[in-house]
Amino acid sequence: MFDFLDSGQYDLLGAFWVTVQLTLYSAIGSLIWGTLLAGMRVSPVPLMRVFGTAYVNLVRNTPLTVIILACSLGLNQTLGITLGGGDFKDIGFRLAVLGLVAYTGTFVCEALRSGINTVPVGQAEAARALGLSFTQVLTLVVLPQAFRSVVAPLANVLIALTKNTTVAAAISAAEAAYLMKSMIENESDALLAVFAVFALGFVLLTLPTGLLLGWVSKRVAVKR
Amino acid sequence: MTSVLYDTPGPRAKRRNVLYTALFVVALAVIVWWVLGALDEKGQLAGEKWSPFVTDAQVWTTYLLPGLGDTLTAAALSIVIALPLGALLGIGRLSDHRWVTVPVGAVVEFFRAIPVLLLMMFANQAYVQFADIESEVRPLYAVVTGLVLYNASVIAEIVRAGILALPNGQSDAARAIGMRKGQTMAYVLLPQAVTAMLPALVSQLVVIVKDTALGGAMLGFTELLSQNRQITANYGANTIAAFTVIALIFIALNFLLTSCASWLEGRIRRGKRGTGAVVTGGLGDDLTGAGAGATTGGLPTVPRQTTVSAGADETQPTA
Amino acid sequence: MKLRKSATALAITAVLAVTATACGSGSDEGAKNDGKITIGIKFDQPGVGLKTPDGKYEGFDVDVATYVAKELGYEAKDIEWKQAPSAERENLIANGDVDFVVASYSITDERKQKVDFAGPYFLAHQDLLVRADDSSIKDAKDLNSKKLCSVTGSTSAQNVRNDFAPQADLQEMGGYSECLTGLENKAVDALTTDDSILAGYASQKDHQGKFKLAGLNLSDENYGIGLKKGDTELQGDINKAIEKMVEDGSWEKAVKANFGPAGYKNEPAPKITETS
Repeated sequence: MFDFLDSGQYDLLGAFWVTVQLTLYSAIGSLIWGTLLAGMRVSPVPLMRVFGTAYVNLVRNTPLTVIILACSLGLNQTLGITLGGGDFKDIGFRLAVLGLVAYTGTFVCEALRSGINTVPVGQAEAARALGLSFTQVLTLVVLPQAFRSVVAPLANVLIALTKNTTVAAAISAAEAAYLMKSMIENESDALLAVFAVFALGFVLLTLPTGLLLGWVSKRVAVKR
Repeated sequence: MTSVLYDTPGPRAKRRNVLYTALFVVALAVIVWWVLGALDEKGQLAGEKWSPFVTDAQVWTTYLLPGLGDTLTAAALSIVIALPLGALLGIGRLSDHRWVTVPVGAVVEFFRAIPVLLLMMFANQAYVQFADIESEVRPLYAVVTGLVLYNASVIAEIVRAGILALPNGQSDAARAIGMRKGQTMAYVLLPQAVTAMLPALVSQLVVIVKDTALGGAMLGFTELLSQNRQITANYGANTIAAFTVIALIFIALNFLLTSCASWLEGRIRRGKRGTGAVVTGGLGDDLTGAGAGATTGGLPTVPRQTTVSAGADETQPTA
Repeated sequence: MKLRKSATALAITAVLAVTATACGSGSDEGAKNDGKITIGIKFDQPGVGLKTPDGKYEGFDVDVATYVAKELGYEAKDIEWKQAPSAERENLIANGDVDFVVASYSITDERKQKVDFAGPYFLAHQDLLVRADDSSIKDAKDLNSKKLCSVTGSTSAQNVRNDFAPQADLQEMGGYSECLTGLENKAVDALTTDDSILAGYASQKDHQGKFKLAGLNLSDENYGIGLKKGDTELQGDINKAIEKMVEDGSWEKAVKANFGPAGYKNEPAPKITETS
């Protein structure tokens, strides 16, 4: 039943490696973008607050599939943006990362914002009393504490991101779901086995992430 | 709400803020100008690519509205089926018997750990091979199956969180007046938990609506997003225009649902008669139930901390 | 009192769900109801089989199907059109959901194991659609340095990868109109599939003059009318209808009407080969 594993016809590990890479690059990107967004949403400049709020509300309510397809059809096919990628495989990967960052950043932003809310008011007040500017208050005092309290929610975001990378199959990025699609067409006798293999792959990716970051979140939590 | 983070701007700070605002506006304008310019150069802003959506009712009656109808059908079917299933799973996980909690827990964690797209593709192929379903409705069945399996397990966690969020006194009191476990659940805990869960459930509907688009892109389900191809085949490759309109419909629909969720949440929180326990959608996305590991728990059980936001106005320095 | 409150809450959820369901009611119809004939066609290929915004159907396959149906004794109004996506064609025929399929359906030995064909009624070739001002592609070898676009899982895509130009940068999209967007904006250099489909796109009002066919006959695709295995009577009737269509000039007219504007030189009507 699991013959297709030995046939050498399918690069199972390669596909999952692409999934892992997609996840890692998008995770780093969305962490940065999400932090910037959160900074905007609490900043003293009203326009930035408006922009941050509007962006988060717009993007969070758009299906990820629409965002990723828009990256491919709009940015690449229409505007000719390749993000420095060479062939279509490369471009598809980069576009998928861009779409995932744009989408996941909003969730990082919202997680961080609730984290900022858990930092006692006294902390920010004390920092201001020392004469720190807004950027200093945020980066030196508030955000470090906020990050420590949102490790668990961010872990959930990361796990959701791992699963969301499958949407990149819609623009033919050669990741796990894309391979699964062609495999269930060609190996239709072994449908259950194919599904089992891919499901196991994702369980193996998400479960340790959850366990590890759960442990980390307990370690770093601010004791109050 | 976060004005605790910075002082009330004085004259210099005000000037600086104006400068930042100006810089930000310029940066945004440059990006928008560049995108519009590039689109215009490619002829994507030409009037005839956009006008069908205003002047031609047939775009709506033949493509967009039936597509939206399919999206809503799939979403509604999914939530209607997933709700009782999820409730059962959630209650099962709270059972006192290990032979119930362990398998139920395994099922819930399994379906939360794998991407919903995998479930949809599997269901689609399984229906091709093992069931006699007409080809026209098969994608709908597949999409609904995938969404139900995933969302039932997410709802199971919401239900569990909702019940756990109730004060212990409720079940103690029920036991004190001689109710059995089943009675306690049916007459005391569940009715209260349902109210507390409502916002989270509506938020989950947003997730479901968004996920139906996957079926359009990957399984040939004729929902809203897939109408893009039909429209561009008939109205002269107006990809950008069609895409924009479709995205706006999705955003409007989901915004409506999100607003509904926060309205419900506010109502329940303000309500004096309830226990005040609310299960929010948390992040309002697949993220709520994303925790695969038991340790992360991922429970969106928040009577959310409101200290900062509530106190912000009072603590605002007057200096 | 608490009970009533949560009951209202439940009711709200239920109402939300029900109103949503009401928007899309299922359709139920079967093939083979008396006096009607059900024919499977493509719904999304201009020039071949297209459902237009006003709910009509047009294209070469539609014309052929209408003619054949008329010869079988069905008026145009008695035809029920059903969408037959490429991957579904065998299933539709085998399940009896359609009486026959006219959907750019190439006759191959593999398919003949599952269904029978009548015809062929058209000879197409795999070809390339390029921008009108692009003349850099003269034969298949030129493709190796080009960016190609085709539809996910199509035989044309496999042909390119396995035979014609293994080094070409091939992008697979969900549909031809996506490829066309890229072609128009120079993100891809050529779109490859059967020339009939390409001609259909190039003939569209909004595309006329923008694209042209490269004219490479990369493969032979004999389009047949797919029908249930073993139905030799229907096969004979359809073959007769196709022959008549060619003889009385309707065939030529349909080709010109649907593919003409692209400057597409079609092959003469093929000889009927699928008999039993």
